[in-house]
Amino acid sequence: MYIDIQGLTKKFKRGEQTLMVLDNISLTINQGEFICLLGPSGCGKTTLLNILAGFENASEGSVLIDGEVVSTPTSRYVTIFQNYGLLPWRNVRHNVELGLEGKKISKSKRKEIAEKYICLVGLDKFANSNPAQLSGGMQQRVAIARALAVSPDIIFMDEPFGALDAMTRMKMQDEILEIKRSQNKTIIFVTHDIDEAVYLADRIIVFSPNPGRIKEIIQVQLKFPRDRNGYDFIRIRDKVFSLFDIH
Amino acid sequence: MKYIHSIKRIFISGTLFIALWQIICWTTDFNPSLLPGPVRVWYALIQMFGEGNILNDIQDSMYRFAIGYLLAALSAIILGLTLGWFKEIFAYINPIVQLLRPISPIAWMPFIVLLFGIGDVPAIVIIFISAFFPILLSTISAVGNVDKMYLKVADNFDIKQPYVLTKIIFPATFPQIANGLHIALGSSWIFLVAGEMVGSQTGLGYLIIDARNNLRTDILLATIIIIGVIGLFLDTLISQFEKQIYTRWGYEREGKK
Repeated sequence: MYIDIQGLTKKFKRGEQTLMVLDNISLTINQGEFICLLGPSGCGKTTLLNILAGFENASEGSVLIDGEVVSTPTSRYVTIFQNYGLLPWRNVRHNVELGLEGKKISKSKRKEIAEKYICLVGLDKFANSNPAQLSGGMQQRVAIARALAVSPDIIFMDEPFGALDAMTRMKMQDEILEIKRSQNKTIIFVTHDIDEAVYLADRIIVFSPNPGRIKEIIQVQLKFPRDRNGYDFIRIRDKVFSLFDIH
Repeated sequence: MKYIHSIKRIFISGTLFIALWQIICWTTDFNPSLLPGPVRVWYALIQMFGEGNILNDIQDSMYRFAIGYLLAALSAIILGLTLGWFKEIFAYINPIVQLLRPISPIAWMPFIVLLFGIGDVPAIVIIFISAFFPILLSTISAVGNVDKMYLKVADNFDIKQPYVLTKIIFPATFPQIANGLHIALGSSWIFLVAGEMVGSQTGLGYLIIDARNNLRTDILLATIIIIGVIGLFLDTLISQFEKQIYTRWGYEREGKK
């Protein structure tokens, strides 16, 4: 058991009212798993991700990663955001080098590592471009390269492809699966797109809102690459749809 | 094409302005030595540049302007970044800033002359005061407007102080600071003239006073035109600088499609 979440509750104070965002979440995740947190807006899935990544604290309960209590963010677990989080004043290579600057790595080694991961995401020709010159998909690739450059154990992804057009999104889904396979990372992926979850996840954690609770955990035992129109794929998809009362 | 169009517009509006000016001179019966026409001012300009004294005055003014403006920019940006980051301290300083800000820099002039005497310093101080507040306030508000995402990213990649300030906050605030620098440039150029009218024996502002004392309205108007042209030139320069920052940072330039 690699990530161990026990009795996790998160409350926000809104003036007099207390808002329960996450209610008694317990979940364990194994190393190397691809987990999708799936649910409608307001179900607390992003809050859960923020707590796992150390950006927020839980009100009750505990989170252990690799046996250690999570309290602050660290570059061992990197988060990738929907709007990429790139620094617009740095070119692609310097963005990728950002996470390496705090470590004791020589300048030339830093450059070498950055170039390796820029190549991995297929942006070698754009290493000196500025983020503003790149498309959304390319910017998200830069963010992925930047995350991989610090060799994290876990990658948290908060609706990373939510701002991309449908075709780019599907392409990015294939790329992230390939990266997960070749780099052997644990990935926790927040999405509200049911197809995306079924296409990517080893397990889908389905949330229900108000307060955020785990409704069901679905094992997706389909081989990669998955066929988006295959019988088994559609069967699992329909099962998730019915959980949300959509038919 | 765009370039040719804008030259054409500048040429037409300039011609119209001079024509209107000439018509006013012809149709009114003001004494030409009180309201000189374009031709007289043109000759005054030729005379001023021919004798070469005007170049010294321009040089003196630019020197004072550069010192005052750069000092203001440097100190206001450093102070603004600090106060923007330590909001609790700023809460105590803000009332003083708000009290001082609306006071015209010229109001300080008697003190400045009493304390520093006549020369370069009064103009430099006036320029400093008039540039300082716009830059300070835009820097402070820029720090408040930094996208929280950048701070999350910094946190995630284990970036610690002072690097959060130098690597994240400062560059993130740059577009808004550049905007403050632009506004400050305009207002401090305006106050340069006022500063030199009272506290100096050289410079463009002094030239205005000198021309008035000698009743040389042609030189007076010629100086006004020179002040305008230099102001326009400085504004164009900083606009280009600002535009480059905006492009680099991926902003659309405000008010332009």
